[in-house]
Amino acid sequence: MSDLPDFSSVPDERGHFGIYGGRFVSETLMGALSELEEIYARLKDDAKFRADFDYDLAHYVGRPSPLYFAERLTEKVGGAQIWLKREDLNHTGAHKINNTIGQALLAKHTGKTRVIAETGAGQHGVATATVAARLGMKCVVYMGADDVERQKLNVFRMKLLGAEVVPVTSGSRTLKDAMNEAMRDWVTNVDDTFYIIGTVAGPHPYPMLVRDFQCVIGREARAQSLAQADKLPDALVACVGGGSNAIGLFHPFLNDESVSMYGVEAAGDGIETGRHAAPLAAGRPGVLHGNRTYLMETDDGQIIETHSVSAGLDYPGVGPEHAWLKDTGRVNYVSVTDTEALNAFRELTRVEGIMPALESSHAVAYAEKLAREMPKDKMIVVNLSGRGDKDIHTVASLDHIEV
Amino acid sequence: MSRIANCFEQLSSTGRKALIPFITAGDPAPAHTVGFMHAMVEAGADIIELGVPFSDPMADGPVIQLACERSLAAGTSLSGVLKMVAEFRQSNSDTPVVLMGYLNPIEAMGYEVFADRCVEVGVDGVLLVDLPPEESGDVAPLFRERHLDLVFLLAPTTSEERVALIAKAGSGYLYYVSLKGVTGAATLDVDSVQAKVDTIRKHTKLPVGVGFGIKDADSAKAVSAVADGVVVGSALVQRIADNQGRPEVISGQLQEVLSAMRQAMDAH
Repeated sequence: MSDLPDFSSVPDERGHFGIYGGRFVSETLMGALSELEEIYARLKDDAKFRADFDYDLAHYVGRPSPLYFAERLTEKVGGAQIWLKREDLNHTGAHKINNTIGQALLAKHTGKTRVIAETGAGQHGVATATVAARLGMKCVVYMGADDVERQKLNVFRMKLLGAEVVPVTSGSRTLKDAMNEAMRDWVTNVDDTFYIIGTVAGPHPYPMLVRDFQCVIGREARAQSLAQADKLPDALVACVGGGSNAIGLFHPFLNDESVSMYGVEAAGDGIETGRHAAPLAAGRPGVLHGNRTYLMETDDGQIIETHSVSAGLDYPGVGPEHAWLKDTGRVNYVSVTDTEALNAFRELTRVEGIMPALESSHAVAYAEKLAREMPKDKMIVVNLSGRGDKDIHTVASLDHIEV
Repeated sequence: MSRIANCFEQLSSTGRKALIPFITAGDPAPAHTVGFMHAMVEAGADIIELGVPFSDPMADGPVIQLACERSLAAGTSLSGVLKMVAEFRQSNSDTPVVLMGYLNPIEAMGYEVFADRCVEVGVDGVLLVDLPPEESGDVAPLFRERHLDLVFLLAPTTSEERVALIAKAGSGYLYYVSLKGVTGAATLDVDSVQAKVDTIRKHTKLPVGVGFGIKDADSAKAVSAVADGVVVGSALVQRIADNQGRPEVISGQLQEVLSAMRQAMDAH
């Protein structure tokens, strides 16, 4: 037998992944979280609920997403085979919709009429506005004022979908502040409002249920690898902000000892500069946004402002299951700078005709490094978690081009 | 007997209710806080809730968010806040001081170090907004051993089952958050507060303080009729915000607000 921990044992009944996770919120929200936990416990193995979820994923999202062998990129890099799990081809352009479909089904069961969300890059905001439009629910999305600026395209998409987008001007004006503001809204409107959290962070049961909804990525990738390559991949690579696309890919492989895993954080200007968003690389355990996890904080326990060219990774915390997986050693957490990610963005676009989101570009950049060190018969699966259309303004302005 | 228990007992024996002001420590600058504390006691404060500033005050409205920002920008740290209490205690040994804030700065200091420091400087109780009883297993015993009160929140959304759980876990007093929302939000509804406080009293003999939505002498008086203590925060912090750089004006205004509340609460 192996020395691997029992990955199905987390979280425990109170939402703990080892010392991480939990439910650190103000009293007003405790009732709503218990209610959500009960509804999810009742529905998650319910045949009708599973069937509704699977139906929506197939016919509304367009799943399964392909597993694509990036042959030209592989040749160019000259090492292990690079395969892309094409979450960018999902409806709305990223993996985020897998989770919002699931949570929208839960919201329907609670009878609540209004949904709220926080968003960084805007992909989760768009995915939430999309399911809200489909269900005829009122939708408010909180977004850091700086992110509203750098992700204009997604802001307009959300508005077209009927959502109200609220720019958040407090603190660092990015994802963390959007989450604070969404929590404040929820505490005020808890009776009629369902909070659709976009990542595997926040108070229990969110890290668990978002993981469960995103695991469709890894289940498909596992079956596709066996069908298309006749073997399991040797390595998995995914970017980690909060970490929902990464946990979705990794989780179904955790017991496959031969599969190594790499979660890629945003190193921004470089870990050594302090201007980054890599709590697993350079942070320590603390409590923020309802859970205990690795955080970027000062010695006094104040949260540090983060930096990444990618709005979706620009967050000082990380999902508690990643914190736990880091400590167990099962997943390797690494980081990639803004420049490396931008280079990967350009390369994948030119070589494969696939324009990745800047978030996903971090994973591509690391996969290229890894592939160079591995023999040609090895296989790497990269989670291409989103498409890059939303980032065109950012890339253009770095090139001093006005779009 | 702890300072907090003693305070409520004395008030109760004279038929009065506790007036509990909240200010953020170090707002607008660390040098002013102790002066404000003394001024508030002079104006009739019975217990002082001193906010420990945090970068991400998720349960607070804009008034206290900005107070946290001012305080942190002025260099306030948790160690600094503890020093303020030590300085306050040099000339006040009676008025209970409760530190109120978020868990992370405490966790960063280390629970045991923090608890020891609280005892050294004369802190009487601690209220951690994002620490429900379910997650307090590591912290509560350290506080209990040192006779530090751990004050918990109750909310309109708290089920009766949880009221019983929290009443058992809490000490010093219980803090009933009078409305669904953040600090400084709309006005509270006294009838619904009364109904909830009645439910709480079925489960505990601890005094019940009520906060959120108390803005002036009238609301303080109304709440004091149904609770053991009245907490006022944003209304005071707003005066600090309006008069930054003029600490003597701030002291005067804090006293003005509190004196009016004190008079209204004590009038029968």
